[in-house]
Amino acid sequence: MMAMLEMLLRLALWVLLAPLLPGIINRVKAWVAGRRGPPVLQLYYDLARLWQRGVVLSTLASPGFVVGPAVAWVAVLGAALLLPLGPAGSVFGFPGDVLLMIYLLALARFCTAWAAMETGSAFEGMGAAREVSYAVLTEAAIVAAVLSLSVQTGSVTLVTMLAPGTGAGAVLLAAGLFVVLLAENCRVPFDDPNTHLELTMIHEAMILDHSGPPLAVILHGAALKLLFFAVLLTEAVLPVGRLTSAAAAAVLVGGVLVVTVGVGLVESLLARLAFRRVPLLLTTAFLLCLFALLMAWKGGAA
Amino acid sequence: MNETMNLLIGLAMGLNLLALGSNRLPTVIRAMAVQGMALGLMPLLIEGQLNWRVILVAVATVVGKGIVIPTLLRRAMRAANIDREMEPFIGFVPSLLLGAGGTIAAVGLARLLPLLPEHAGSLLVPGALASVLTGFVLLIGRAKAISQVCGYLILENGIYLFGLLLIHSTPLLVEAGILLDLTVGVFVIGIIVDRIQRAFDSLDTRKLTVLRE
Repeated sequence: MMAMLEMLLRLALWVLLAPLLPGIINRVKAWVAGRRGPPVLQLYYDLARLWQRGVVLSTLASPGFVVGPAVAWVAVLGAALLLPLGPAGSVFGFPGDVLLMIYLLALARFCTAWAAMETGSAFEGMGAAREVSYAVLTEAAIVAAVLSLSVQTGSVTLVTMLAPGTGAGAVLLAAGLFVVLLAENCRVPFDDPNTHLELTMIHEAMILDHSGPPLAVILHGAALKLLFFAVLLTEAVLPVGRLTSAAAAAVLVGGVLVVTVGVGLVESLLARLAFRRVPLLLTTAFLLCLFALLMAWKGGAA
Repeated sequence: MNETMNLLIGLAMGLNLLALGSNRLPTVIRAMAVQGMALGLMPLLIEGQLNWRVILVAVATVVGKGIVIPTLLRRAMRAANIDREMEPFIGFVPSLLLGAGGTIAAVGLARLLPLLPEHAGSLLVPGALASVLTGFVLLIGRAKAISQVCGYLILENGIYLFGLLLIHSTPLLVEAGILLDLTVGVFVIGIIVDRIQRAFDSLDTRKLTVLRE
């Protein structure tokens, strides 16, 4: 009963807090640009409004058009539930759950791409192709990061794995994971979430034809993914698991806030990269994680 | 002390990769200059106690590699009026991967070498091997003469790093000679770059292989 209650509480926490992050990012961007900006809770209003709208369905679309976003949302939420929250641990951790986490993220991406292709429009196909081709490189970086954590701790369980080392390895891992976060969530150097120019957008191109509740689910899923990666990054770098509950909660919230403000600053200060330069940056992220792995391996052997 | 040294060498290894991945000539020159300065501080760390000889070597290296040579290169770049984008023979991603693979291989290889116990834990040998390899990749993989010079200088940084293993037995005169050679070399290359530019209207070394009457 208690476990059930705890899980519900965590679900509510993830679901309710996630839309806050894009709001904070927009606030930071507005602050840097000297504008007043939208309210922090804007995404909540958007989601509520979208939920009440009807859905426009293409005659071409199979049920996958609606099922895809739903499955993707559930998959991201599942991956989020696998993450341990500091000393509280995870709800259903088991040996090897990190693999399930990676596959759930991949499943979410597959479903978003699938739903995008369902419309039969060329733009969605293009967006999906771009998203997936970037994903190949980011996944290599994630796998390298996970390997470095697992070599460091000699474990493949998330609860024990997220006990970060210190020094240069942690810095490399943080930098690599931050680039992965930017790429996975389609933030600025890779994709501009504000753009509506068909030829340059990636994530936005995929969801052009979605409307109403499915669009709300996709937007919420994107926010959830952002929160998921921010928490993962914080826990991979700071020893959250060894603190007391109150301190861990403070560190987690602080870490996520720092990451979010960092994303906002990157977004305000950098221009997006030309398409042909993107693989280079993603390769750099992969190499950062790879060198973190090297440090972990060398440190473990010495 | 060893920690600080490893940090500096790690920085140099990172700068290697930056030089390999960057498509802008000024960035490569800056990476090379910072690397030279970081490595120039190494004798101070290795020696421990300060004597005038070590300080002289360190100051000469930092000034030579960090200020004089980059200034010469920038001047050559400005005089020859070349565009800053580089054209690679080996693309940026492949050369980055080559460099990273080489760095990892160097770290792996250095564990197998029969080193003195005081050098076993340090990154000196892997850093040297990685820099030499990076220099080679830049020399082979870039078309512009100036980026090839940068490759040559990074290669020399690697050799310098290797030479630090012998710092106790190398006379000051040898080190000063190497540094002087290097500066003169870059000076000469600066002149040659200017000549190439005048004769061919480009610094693309691919054009040098075509015979003309």
